[in-house]
Amino acid sequence: MSKSGLFKSSIGRKLAMALSALFLMIFLLQHLVINITAIISPDTFNELSHFMGTNPLVQFVAQPILIFAVVFHFIMGFVLEIKNRAARPISYNKFNGAANSTWMSRNMIISGLVILAFLALHFVDFWFPEINTKYIVGDMSGMHDGGFRYYEELLHKFANPVRVGVYVLAFILLALHLMHGFGSAFQSMGQNNKYIDGLKKFGVIYSVAVPLGFILIAISLYVTTLN
Amino acid sequence: MNLTLKIWRQQNSNDKGKMVDYQISDVSGDMSFLEMLDVLNEDLITKDDTPVSFDHDCREGICGMCSLQINGEPHGPDKGVTTCQLHMRSFKDGDTIYIEPFRAKAFPIIKDLVVDRSAFDRIQQSGAYVSVNTSGNTQDANNIPVPKEDADMAFDAATCIGCGACVAACKNSSAMLFVSAKVSQFALLPQGKVEGKKRVQDMVAQMDAEGFGNCSNTGACEAECPKGISLENIARMNRELISAKLAVKH
Repeated sequence: MSKSGLFKSSIGRKLAMALSALFLMIFLLQHLVINITAIISPDTFNELSHFMGTNPLVQFVAQPILIFAVVFHFIMGFVLEIKNRAARPISYNKFNGAANSTWMSRNMIISGLVILAFLALHFVDFWFPEINTKYIVGDMSGMHDGGFRYYEELLHKFANPVRVGVYVLAFILLALHLMHGFGSAFQSMGQNNKYIDGLKKFGVIYSVAVPLGFILIAISLYVTTLN
Repeated sequence: MNLTLKIWRQQNSNDKGKMVDYQISDVSGDMSFLEMLDVLNEDLITKDDTPVSFDHDCREGICGMCSLQINGEPHGPDKGVTTCQLHMRSFKDGDTIYIEPFRAKAFPIIKDLVVDRSAFDRIQQSGAYVSVNTSGNTQDANNIPVPKEDADMAFDAATCIGCGACVAACKNSSAMLFVSAKVSQFALLPQGKVEGKKRVQDMVAQMDAEGFGNCSNTGACEAECPKGISLENIARMNRELISAKLAVKH
């Protein structure tokens, strides 16, 4: 009998991808809910941002888990991609993938790489300055000119139409990634049962609604800066 | 009809191989794809050329011997058929048809369009069986009740002919549809459950050792399978493997 562990087997690695993906999908939903407040009530957005940015449980427990999940998902994705490419050293002269599968399902590595590039930009835009202000400069107040700084900083970033365009493009690729990834995660966990059709329908709604929400927020903030 | 064939020619496993163009005329729509290749080969032999090697046996769609990647799809454009059941009426006059071997690291080319699929045999040998003690007091299988639904699903899984179209269709050359069909046909039946945990672990370990890729859940294998083996089998294999690995060993 094979003595190797679960995560050394091909199926175990897919399970690991699925579990990290589910965690990231829950995070995305939470991120969206907080961002929606930016266009409904900037004061609420400021309060929530300050809470998330200073609460020790969020900062020192949830945040490291999130970073681990993101890094793990990408590294495991690359590991699987390398193994998969090695499984067909000579490619076909003609390969009609569109005849039997969707573009999203065949190109998760491409949509994933675009999301990775977007994350780098997103970190430069928000995460690194935030870490710098709080833990290097040492200003945990979240204040600037007598009020909370979070909403003003957000508006400042989204005043640039090029940045808004890049964000929108990345969210479209995120939607395509999720469109296949949501159902795929449940299949990898072995959950192809009587609930799978319903789950896949929910997956499509989630995959469109969440990125669309982020797109509308980005455009709405840009429009706000025009006034 | 008159056709242009672009066929992969490779003398042996060490040869680099290349696509070679052939013209074939007066092809009847009632010919099977393999009969069309037979005609081509007769023509090549007449011209003192080397005929194209390709796998075939029963020519009835049940042995799993024929293969071929035709215009980028295993067993060609028709659904639910093997290459021997594909007829030339699926093509039209003047078409160019690409004919290539099933491509996977685990399916090395022997010659031209013939690939070595013995990796599948080794996976089967690693666990796709039920150990039966021939002590003389073996229970009659019909004495063990099996729910009709389970029996149907087990039978559906058992219709896999092991042709390798799933591997050929998959962008990752994954063998999971084949292996999951073999795992499922036993896992669903009481006789197979006894060795279930050991079976799935051994078969998946052998599958990984053979160099097949992983599953991206594209569904290409299910769409191209001549026997319509369902992706549900892969989910079942995933469940079986995960629960077997997590089971506490006493």
